[in-house]
Parts: sequence; C-alpha cells; structure tokens
Amino acid sequence: MLKFLARRLVTMLLTALCLTFIVFALTNLQPNLEKLAKQQASVRMSDAQVTSWLARHGYARPLLQRYGEWLGVLPGWTGKNADGKPTGRCLSHYEGVKGAKIPTYCGILQGDWGYSTVFREGVGGILATRLTATGWLMLWVLIVMIPTSLIMGVLAGMREGSRLDRSLSVASIASTSTPEYVSGVVLIVLFGSSFTGLSLLFKQWGLISGGVILKGNATSAMSHITFDNFALPVLTISIYGVGYIARMTRASMTEVMTAQYIRTARLKGVSFRNVVLRHALRNALIAPFTVIMLQIPWLLNGVVVTETLFSYKGFGWTLVQAASNNDIELLMGCSVVAVIVVLLTQLISDIGYVYLNPRIRIS
Amino acid sequence: MEKLTWPQILLAMGERFWPVWIALALTFAVSILFKRRLGLYGKLFDSPIAMIGFGLVMFWVFAALFAPIIITHGPLEQLPGMRNATPGKALRDAHGGYPYYLLGGDTLARDVFSRMVAGSVVVIRIAPLATIFAYMVGITLGLPAGYYGGRFDTALSFVANLILAFPVILLFYLLVTPQIVQSGVPQYMAAVLFLFPILFLAVLINSRFHVKPAFRNAAIALILAIGGWLYLSTLSQPGTPFHLLPRALDLFNIPGNTMIVFVSVVFVNSPTVFRIVRGLTFDIKSRDYVAAAQTRGEGPWYIMLWEILPNARGPLIVDFCLRIGYTTILLGVLGFFGLGLSPESPDWGSTINAGSRLLAIYPIPALAPALALMSLVLGLNLLADGLREESLKD
Amino acid sequence: MSDWDPSQPILEIENLSISFFTRLREIPAVMDFSCTVMPGEAMGLVGESGCGKSTVALGVMQDLGRNGRIVGGRIKFKGRDLNLMSDAELRQIRGSEIAMIYQEPMASLNPAMKIGAQLAEVPMIHQGMAKKAAWALARQIVEDVRLPDPDRILKSYPHQLSGGQQQRIVIAMALMSKPALLILDEPTTALDVTVEAGIVDLVKELGRKYGTSMLFISHNLGLILDTCDRLCVMYSGEAVETGSVREVFDKMRHPYTQALFRSIPLPGADKNARPLIAIPGNFPLPHERPEGCNFGPRCDYFQAGRCDRGAIPMEEVPHGDRHESRCLRFAEIDWAAPPAAGKTYQKAEPGEVVLRMDDLRKYYEVSANALFGRSGETKVVKANETLTFEARESETLAIVGESGCGKSTFAKVLMGLETATAGRVRLYGEEIQDTPIEKRNTNTVSSVQMVFQNPFDTLNPSMTVGRQIIRALEVFGEGKSDRERREKMLDLMDLVKLPREFADRMPRQLSGGQKQRVGIARAFAGGAKIVVADEPVSALDVSVQAAVTDLLMEIQRREKTTLLFISHDLSIVRYLADRVMVMYLGHVVEMGTTDEVFAPPYHPYTEALLSAVPIADTRVKKKRIVLDGDIPSAVNPPPGCPFQTRCRWKSQVPGGICETEVPPIKKLPSGHQIKCHLTEDDFATMEPVIEIAAE
Repeated sequence: MLKFLARRLVTMLLTALCLTFIVFALTNLQPNLEKLAKQQASVRMSDAQVTSWLARHGYARPLLQRYGEWLGVLPGWTGKNADGKPTGRCLSHYEGVKGAKIPTYCGILQGDWGYSTVFREGVGGILATRLTATGWLMLWVLIVMIPTSLIMGVLAGMREGSRLDRSLSVASIASTSTPEYVSGVVLIVLFGSSFTGLSLLFKQWGLISGGVILKGNATSAMSHITFDNFALPVLTISIYGVGYIARMTRASMTEVMTAQYIRTARLKGVSFRNVVLRHALRNALIAPFTVIMLQIPWLLNGVVVTETLFSYKGFGWTLVQAASNNDIELLMGCSVVAVIVVLLTQLISDIGYVYLNPRIRIS
Repeated sequence: MEKLTWPQILLAMGERFWPVWIALALTFAVSILFKRRLGLYGKLFDSPIAMIGFGLVMFWVFAALFAPIIITHGPLEQLPGMRNATPGKALRDAHGGYPYYLLGGDTLARDVFSRMVAGSVVVIRIAPLATIFAYMVGITLGLPAGYYGGRFDTALSFVANLILAFPVILLFYLLVTPQIVQSGVPQYMAAVLFLFPILFLAVLINSRFHVKPAFRNAAIALILAIGGWLYLSTLSQPGTPFHLLPRALDLFNIPGNTMIVFVSVVFVNSPTVFRIVRGLTFDIKSRDYVAAAQTRGEGPWYIMLWEILPNARGPLIVDFCLRIGYTTILLGVLGFFGLGLSPESPDWGSTINAGSRLLAIYPIPALAPALALMSLVLGLNLLADGLREESLKD
Repeated sequence: MSDWDPSQPILEIENLSISFFTRLREIPAVMDFSCTVMPGEAMGLVGESGCGKSTVALGVMQDLGRNGRIVGGRIKFKGRDLNLMSDAELRQIRGSEIAMIYQEPMASLNPAMKIGAQLAEVPMIHQGMAKKAAWALARQIVEDVRLPDPDRILKSYPHQLSGGQQQRIVIAMALMSKPALLILDEPTTALDVTVEAGIVDLVKELGRKYGTSMLFISHNLGLILDTCDRLCVMYSGEAVETGSVREVFDKMRHPYTQALFRSIPLPGADKNARPLIAIPGNFPLPHERPEGCNFGPRCDYFQAGRCDRGAIPMEEVPHGDRHESRCLRFAEIDWAAPPAAGKTYQKAEPGEVVLRMDDLRKYYEVSANALFGRSGETKVVKANETLTFEARESETLAIVGESGCGKSTFAKVLMGLETATAGRVRLYGEEIQDTPIEKRNTNTVSSVQMVFQNPFDTLNPSMTVGRQIIRALEVFGEGKSDRERREKMLDLMDLVKLPREFADRMPRQLSGGQKQRVGIARAFAGGAKIVVADEPVSALDVSVQAAVTDLLMEIQRREKTTLLFISHDLSIVRYLADRVMVMYLGHVVEMGTTDEVFAPPYHPYTEALLSAVPIADTRVKKKRIVLDGDIPSAVNPPPGCPFQTRCRWKSQVPGGICETEVPPIKKLPSGHQIKCHLTEDDFATMEPVIEIAAE
C-alpha cells in the first residue's frame, strides 16, 4: 500500500510539473507577452518600446529559466527599472519596506504564488478568498447532488425495466443533456426574473411579496449565503451532474441485481428490502464512488460557467478574469489549484475504491 | 400588422419547418418499413425512447440541411425598430419578405428564430466531424496501448491523463485565443491530428491485404493520394508557414478560428476515447479468436483492426452518440465564453451568452438557443440509451 | 398447517409447463413435466444444455425472472401448491424448507459480506435467532462441511477461499436451517475433478445425515449414478424417461436415453474397434420443435405417420419401479439388440517422430500483488518444469491435468506465442523454442495449429464463417486466386461435415458443435501436421462431443496428423489416446501408453484422478480415493514433490524426502514413466482403481 501511494505521488508530481509547464509556456508565448506589455504600460507602444518593457520586467529571458524561477528552484531575477532603481521578482513584495531581507528564491516552493497583474495584489491572497467562496458553492452542490443522484440511481436500478426505472432514467438522461449555461438560463427565466416566468405568475397570485422567487444574481452570497441568493447557482451546477452519477449508479445497481449472489440471497428468503439494502447496495456503490470523485474536477467547469452567469466572484470567475487578461501568475496559481484538485480526487478515488472493495483490500 | 399571439407563433414556426417534417416522415416511414432488414439501426424502431431520440437528432440535422429554406431573415440582418422586439412582432416594412420576427429580435435587432436555425448549421457541421476525428486518434492510439500494454501503454496513458487533468475551460482559454492562432499552434496540432485518419486507413488496408500485394498497393496509393491532398489542402493556408499548396490545388481554406475550435474539441475528446478503446482492447484480446489469429501468424495490426475493433463496436457506437452530444456542449461552452468563433456567429453558445446579459428582461434570445441545444443533446443521449438497450437484447 | 405427513411426497410436480416471453414470441422451456420426490430420496435431473432442467429448479423456487411464467400445472411442496403462495409465504419456505446450491460458487456468494454474516443470516431470518447463536450455528455447520479452521473462515470474504471451499460454504448455507428439500444445480461443474469428488461425497453424506431430499441437476450421467436413487431424463423441455437409477441405466426404455449412453465413452469403448455412436442431427431450438415426438427427427426407431402426430404422453413401463417413458414404441423395440455395427477401423501405426521436446521449461515472472504491482517484488511461476516427450506421426498424445497444471502453457510455447525459458522444442528436427510466431515461416506456422476450448469464443463474432476460413487460407498462402480459395474453403466445410451454405452465416447463427467444426476446419486450412486440441469438446453437450471427437479422429486418420489432445476428462482420453501424459503443477508425473497409465502401477495422483472421474456404468466398481484440500496455487507450489500435500502414499516413503526433494523419473521396463519416490515394491502393491464386474 505504501509503495502504491509513493508511486502515485511521484506520478502526481510529474503530472503537476508537466501541466504547469504547459500552462506557463502557453501564457508566455510572444504574442501573449506583447499583449500583456501593452495592457500594462500603454496600448500605443511601439514595437521597440514593447521589447524594452519586456526586458525591463524580466520577460525577455529564456522560458525554462523563468519557469524555474516561478517554481523557486532558480534565483529570482533582478534588474533596474526605468528610474534606475533595482527591481526583481523577489522585490515586489518588499517595495517601501526598509531593511527587509530580500530572499533569493521566491517561487511556488517557497510559498510565493507571485503577483497578479489584473488585480494588482498577491496571487496567494486572491486565491484564498476566491477559493473559500467557491468552496461554499461546491459544498452545497455536493450536499444536493450526491444524495439525489444516488437515490435516483438505486431506485431506478433496483427493478430494471419497471415504470419507476423508466421515468427516473429519462429524467437523468434529460439532466445530463442540460449543461449549466442552459439550466442557468432556464432557471433564471423561471425563478429569477420579475418580468417573466413563475415569479411573474406568483406575484400576480400574490404568493410572493418581492419581485422574484429566487435571486438570479449571487453577488450578495459572497458576504452572506441565503437560500434566496444561493439556490439557483447550486441547482444549476447540480442538475448537470446529477444525471451522470444517477446513470452510473443505476448501471452498477442493475448489474449487481442480476448477479448470482443476489439470487442466492433472494432464495435464502431475504426480503426484497433487505436484498437491496444489505446485499446489493454496498456492491453497487463501489463504482459510483469512483465516478463521484472523478466528477469533482469536472464540476470545476460548471463552477466557471455558473459563477460567470450569476456574477458570483469565486474561483471560476477569477480564472476567467485571469485567462482573458493573460494574467500569467494568477493563471498559474489557478492551474496549480485545479491540478491539485484533480490529482487529489484521483488519489482519493483509488484509495476509496480499494477500501470499499474487500476483494482488493484483502489480498 | 397585428402582433402574433403565442399559438399563432407556434403554428407559424411549425409551418417554416415544413421541409424538416417531410424529411422526418420519409425517414421514419422507410425505416419502419424495412426495420427487420436494417440490423441495429432497424432495432431502434422497436424502442419508443430511441425513436424519440432519433427524431430529435434528425430534426436538427434536417433543420441544418434545409436552413436556407427555413430561416425567415438573414442571421446577421438588422432591421429597424426590431431591437429587443417581443416574439411575433410584425416588421415595420416587410418589403415582400417575411413579415414577422417569430421569436422576436435580439439587442442588435436580428431575428432570434433565424439565428437559432442558423446556429444548428454550425453545430451539425462541426460536432460529428470533430467526434469522428477524436475517434480516429483514440482508436489508433488506444488499440496498440491496450494490445501491447507495457511501457508504450504507460507513456500514452500518462499523456491522456495529463490532458484529462486540465480543466476544459482553462485549456480552451489557453488554446482558443487570437494570439495562439497567430502563433500557429493550432496549425501544428492540426498537422498532427489530421494525419491520424490517413494513417488509420492505410494501416487498416495494409494489415488485411498484405497477402494480396497488387490490390494492397493500389488501395494504399489511392488512400495516400486522396488523403494526402485533402490533408494538405486542409492545412495549407496562404500567408502562414503552412502555405503548402499552390492556390490552384488548394481545395478549401478553413479559417483559423474554426480550425482552432475544431482542433481543440478533438484534442479534448481524444484522451477519453483512447481510454475506452484501450479498456475494450484489453478485454477482448484474451478471447480465443484473437489467440487463433495469433497462432496462424497474423500481424498485430490485423488483429487489432480486424479481430478486436469490430467486436468492440457496440460500446463504441453508444459512446459515439454520447460524445457528439458532449462535443455540442463543449462548442456551447466555447461560444458562451466568446472563444473562437466570431462574435456575430449565430452558434448557440454565443447567442446564449449575448442573450444572457438582458436575460431577466428579454428572456427569449437566450432561451431559444438554450432549448435548441438542450433538445439536440437530449436527442443524442436518448438515442445512445436506446442503442445500448437494443444492442443488449438479441 | 396442512395435512402432509412423511409418507407422502415432499415434492410433487404435476404437468408443469413454463414459458419465457420475448418481444416476438412465447418460448416454451418446460412442457408437461411431472415428477415426484419422496422424503429422503435423491432425484436426478439429467439432460443436455437447453433441455429445461434448470428451469424446472427455478420453477420450484418460483424465481423465473421477469420474462418467465408458469403457464400450467402444479408444484406441490409438502402438499401445498407453491404456485398459489404469496410472496411472503414463499419467502418463508425459501432457504428454510427448500434450499438451493448453484453451479458457480464464487458468483453465488456476496463478495462484500463476510462468510459468517452470509451464513448466519439464514437462521436469523427464518428462526429469528439472535446474532450470536446464529454465528455459533454457522461455525458448527462449517465444521460439518469439513472446512479447516472454521473461525478464520467465518471471518473471511469469499474471494479468500478456493473454489472447492466456496462450494462447501454454499452447501453450508443451504444446510443452515436443515431444509426438507435441497436443489443442486450442477454443483460441481465449475470445479476440478478431484475437488468434485470431495464435494459429491460430502453432499451424499450430509443428505443421509439430515434426511434431506435432493433434486440433483446435472448433465453428467456418472455423477447421477454416484449420487441419486432415481432420475428423470429430459430432452427439449420434456421428461422422456423416469425411474430408478439402476433401471434407467440398465433397462432404459426410451431411444434418447439409449442414444445418450451409446454416445458417451464408457470403459470398453475404443476408437478403432468400438467407436462411439453420435446422435445424428441437432438439438431443436425451442421454437423449432417438431410435431409429435421431439426426439423423432434424430431417432433410429422413428416411424413416420406415428411418431410425428400429436402429443405423446408419459407411460408406465410394465414391471418397473415407477418407471415411465415418453415413447409410443417402447414396447415394440428390442432393447437388448446390440447397436447396428458401426464402422470399425484399422489401428493406425505411428510413424516417425515429428515433435520432440527436451527438458522444456517455461517460467513466468508475475508481480506479487495484482493491484499495486507492476514494480516491486515479482515471483517466478514455474508453469512448466522439465517437460520431455516426443510425438509421432498419426499418433494421439493426451495431456491430462487439472487447472494450473501447465498444459496450456506448453501449448503456447509450442505455438510460438511464448518462447521457452530453457530446453528444446524440435519440429521435424528444427529447433523452434526461441522463435516467436512472427519470426516463424509460413510453413512452420501452418503445420502446427490449434483447436480451442470454448466454442463461443473461438470464432470472430463479426465475420462470416467462410470469410474466417478463407482468411486462414490467405495467410497460409493456399490457393492462387480468390476463387480458388473459396473452392478450397467449401472443401474444408465438406471435410468437417458442415453444409456449404453455412459459409455465409455469422457465428452466432451456429450451435456450439458447429462452431467447433468451423474451428477444426480453420486449423486444417494449411494442412496442419500437428494439431493441439485444447479441451476441444469439454464445453459441448455429451451427444455432440461424440460427433466432434469422431470428426477429429477421422481427419487424423486421413491426414496422418499428430494430435496433442489436452483434456481433464479421463473417459474421453481413455477412448481416443494412444499415449497419455499426466501433469500436475507444471510437472509431468506420469507418462505411458493408454493401457499402462490406466492400469497399476499408478502415480498417486493418477490413481486419485481415476477414482474421481464419475463413470456412468453400473457394472463399474471403483475404489474411492478422495483427496484432501485443493490444488496448490502455481504461484506458490509446495517444496519437494508437487503432489506431496495431498498424497495418500506419502507415509510409505521414509525420511520425509517427499517434502524436500523433487522425485526422479522412474522408468519402468515397458517405457512407462512415473515421477515418484515410491519404490518398485510399493508400486507392486497398488490395486486397480476401476474394475468392471463380470456380466
């Protein structure tokens, strides 16, 4: 087991290195850097001015070297700015601080996430706030999504071909066909608009006092989460994910229900209820567990769409801002977070699979 | 003229779709008539769910095919007084054209209905083709990975997992930008990806017909000639380092924007296909008929392509349908973030994005393409489910 | 509750009919089936696959799935009709009054539940027993089924036990509430022969101990003879003959029963002098059953206009013990008449040596742990150890052994799918042990071909039958044009006695036996000189086995092929082999001519194997030798002699060298080889295992 974990960790590290390097390389392509220079200094710079700006800000050096600096395995660059004052990668945090000891290395390994060119503050701080916001969103999504989908899947798969199975299956197929930007739009129209949808009806019937049933904008949830401002974004993400997990659970459940040992249990005189609960459920949930864990990084996409649609300024929203403005270090930070989430969930799903499955656990 | 009421709007829309109805009726009539002779396709017509799915998919396929007949106005046409028009609003001056905006107008006074129909053309053109390419790549790499295993498999699986570990949106943001198009990355990626179909076909033919050299040589020459030409004209783009063919021989020019969208969608889908094919291969290679082929000295590619692949087709066909749906969703994501296709493009993602800004006040411009996209994906998923059910019964 | 008393039948099935319903049609699986099981009686249900015997069992359990339905008749258990019971009442009976044992022990145990919990559940449901008491009872029953270390077993999961142990647990589970009726559905089919013998003994003994009635379903007549008092022969959904085991075996009154006995290799059958008589034709598909007698089209006594009119009832055979037959003509047929003399053949003389193996070894490296493996410790599996033999032209060499004995590995090395670790393989004097198949020339490849075990797996499901044979011809460079190859393919179809129009069919449209014929045709496409047949008939029904075996023999005679026949079935080996090689855990433990191997002196393993094989002949007297435990894993073989863990002769060898030294090969003067530490004197004391009583 330890050996297995060690191997997995090495693979994870390798994957993380490769991924961050690819992101670094793509964001540091020459046209991207030129765009950045113009954004930061002046849009009407001449080509020569762009080149010198890039040189002064340390962008003109070899890609690998700069990646090493970002990682923190090479010493940060130093130079002089237009006024002749010393500048450098590691100096930016210490501007104006007298007598501070300036470190030589200041990469991710030293805990320095760099500086965001869009928000003009440290990447570490931005990520911490934004991730907290997204963390709440994800938490509620998981709380809604997992029980719903598991119950749907188990109920459908327990009696294959029954009417309950058919209707639940169609429902879950419909839900997998509804990406967030569709469900978000539909939900906002139905519940979050005072001009159309149910809100209008409810208002005419006098069922609600305000303009809308639920808020179509989640900005206020940044400071205070209520059912009002959080229900729609949570639902939007959940709808797309529920169907997939439910389908997987159903498939797994139907397979288990036709297994020989279920017949054994039935012919032992076990009641249907106990056949499902005691004999089928544990075996049927092994496969969906892996699916759920692997679903979490996938939710990240939903988070990006939903946060954009509902103006909830979390991690996804930040990623969009960073990417569309080519904010290199912020984007690198986002990638690191994303990669860690992906790899961690993979690891947990592997370990959980082994733990849930006695056939592998004890051998 | 009077504004149309909702029943009138629905009726009018139904009327506009007349070529689709006729085509659908014909397809279903012929298929049901001959369903016992049509194999798996015929069996679809035994399951109501599969029929509904197939109907939805074919609706949008025919809508895209007959789009020029169906649309009431040009998708980019802006008419005076129709900004944010409500559904069914009559034009101020029809000039002999269609007198209404059936689903109203968007913020730029364009006809929502026509844009929705025109949007289907974009999807139907890109999604299936991109999925086919993803399959070519996934199959060509997944078969040997599953068959040989070992180092080759470890390396390829690592790369596949690497791509899968990227959040799709981050990948799109990095790949689908004007800067990247400018730097030629998509062209290089296309140069690699588009090589796979030619490679695939050549190996397919060679592995089976190497016992008949004359036929094999002719077939391979033909594939290389036609495939090579198509390959070069796809890549060749005047004014880039890829100006490979003189203009007279260049069959078509794909704009850089479309190319990058296409390539990145293929790129995102291939690793998943790779994993599925690899798993199926791993499963089937222990069958006796594979051993029989080995004991008569067949080459590995014959075994992979002619003994293993045909017997993996069931799950692959089902996944293919699902994957077109997923690709459609991905295209929507790209449009939603304004990546790739031009801003005035009528594709569904872009129109949803544009419409979502005034969603609370004018819902229809976003709702129409959203429901259109959903119905197509739903159709594909229902179809896939029906296929799975029917292929299990036998 | 009811007025049932032990003098009345436990189970009474009257005119039972069961059908399965598909979208297209109703498929009758069982028709007009009647049988009676008295208390303490063991009833056998025999028939080929698809005859409906398992459906009867599930019908009794009232567990036919969504598509199956009982469409007529009654099933009375202790006088109460099971068809009329509610779900709750049925649950009461299932597991407590009627218990069932299944074919695949691994699949019938819940992989995620401990053995103890699965056993204890039964009394907890039915007797409302407390958990502790239930576990105590479970422990006691586990002891009863003679499993070692019951406490450890109760706490383990199914996958931690071997196949034989799992089956004992399934039996224990069935006995937990001392049922009145035990249904056994092919309980030993998935097990090795020596393990099977132990299970059969156990079932018999426990049946006696608890006074349980049994319904024993099997395709193996020998097993029925060993276990049952009465039997019922089924054919195509109907019972065709029923009676006491002795009567049906010795005085059968139905043509199908007779044909069945004539098609199985019993002691005395010989491929040249007394070849088997295969039942002609094919088992009818449920929706293609003929009018009148189902067996009519394949019956030697068929009379047109009589046997193909209307339904045929079961009729009592005079002077029998509840002996009945479903045949209109059973009174007219002369049952004592010997079979119409079949063709006899000249014994083929073996020619020159074509294949010689010298000290062949094949070791594999496997990772010690399946999941976390790939890197880390590896273990060496010695799949073949010092394999030395030669095979001659037109000779049949049988390779006998149970799972894990290394018989398939050696085939792989011979075919070139693996290369040898050490030793030499010479084919016509050419060394091929290090040449993988892709480096062999076409001639070598086409001269060594293989027939595979599983008919459902041997053909590519998505290519027509003809196309697959043509492909082999193409690869072997036979024929100059497509036309010529097609002609040759049709000739091959004739060779294996398949209608030519089958060439355009897909494999799924063929029956198991027909697929196996296509496999044989494919193997002979390049004029194979050596054919390795890996259990070619073990997955087929008995009546089809004879036909396929005969076909192989016939082609062999014509083509002077060397046949390496891999099998675990000693009956068939005795019937067709010229020489026999017995393998155990990678070692050849005994080798000699068929007569030598089947007579003493034996290797102790061969002795046990011979005793374990059930023989469907009432005249045969067998010495019962039941081996303890299971076959050790090839990954972890015992030190010294591979067989020492189960050998009953071990105590005869002084100094315990069996546990430390691999025995040498003893060559007897006749050329008969035995790998054992026993001395000549020990061998001389051995008695024959099988004796045929004088008639």
